[in-house]
Amino acid sequence: MGQGSFKSYTTGFAISVVLTLGAFLVVSSHALSQPAMFTRTWVVSLIVILALAQFAAQLMLFLHLGEEPKPRWNSIIFSFMIMVVVIIVFGSLWIMANLNYHTMSPADTSRYLMHEEGIHK
Amino acid sequence: MNSAATSKLTFGFWVYLMTDCVLFASLFAAYAVLQHSTAGGPSGKELFSLPFVFTETLILLTSSYTTGLGMLAVHQLDKRRVMMWFSLTFLLGIAFLTMELSEFSKLAADGTGWQRSAFLSAFFTLVGTHGLHIATGLLWMSVLGVQLIRRGLTQGLVSRLTLLSLFWHFLDLIWIFIFTIVYLMGVI
Repeated sequence: MGQGSFKSYTTGFAISVVLTLGAFLVVSSHALSQPAMFTRTWVVSLIVILALAQFAAQLMLFLHLGEEPKPRWNSIIFSFMIMVVVIIVFGSLWIMANLNYHTMSPADTSRYLMHEEGIHK
Repeated sequence: MNSAATSKLTFGFWVYLMTDCVLFASLFAAYAVLQHSTAGGPSGKELFSLPFVFTETLILLTSSYTTGLGMLAVHQLDKRRVMMWFSLTFLLGIAFLTMELSEFSKLAADGTGWQRSAFLSAFFTLVGTHGLHIATGLLWMSVLGVQLIRRGLTQGLVSRLTLLSLFWHFLDLIWIFIFTIVYLMGVI
């Protein structure tokens, strides 16, 4: 792992504070505004982007990922970890949503058909 | 210890941190699946106080920064400033853990403990595991503090402090996602 400098740590800290404050303000203003200015999907996408930006900033400026000499084993194993994490998180959500869909009670089934798929008796 | 041994040590620790990410990923996956299963109990929107969690986040972020400054002092072999920055990190860590425990005990006292619903079980497991890591880091930090006072900045202590700083930065990385996925998305 590389070594940081005062500049890299301070930049990383400043970026993180700004991004955290941004996400906090977006969510608290969304909670206060009536009627809501943006849909939930927009707000969620925005704060996820802010979180990923902060993740990248801290990886580079605090953990100095990618600064190690070649071959970059730390970065390689990091990419592998990201792959495993994506499979675990999205795979679980996918499987569980699928199970929920296939094990609906009869009452839920007719409600789902009417509200989600627009099929009426 | 020579630099080749130190770099192997750092790499081994990095591999451990990556497997710890996988542990947190499975807890995040469980939380994502169970977050709407409130069993008629309160959801995150009724339980979480955003300004409180925002303060917690800033405290942990600042402690990650002071760890970085501490590592700069380590590389300059400035024992007095190493002590100063890591003591500050330790105090910030204690403040963070105290806030988290007070949130947990308040939730439990209000009848919304981990046994109330699947959502709360997943919440306590995820956030509690992070808190346990913080507590372990604090214990580790205090042991290294004693070593620093008694033996000074030896080569072995420098590499142990390097690993501790990686661990601490890593915990702040995980917290970004707890803050976003659990707290921010919970109140939207």
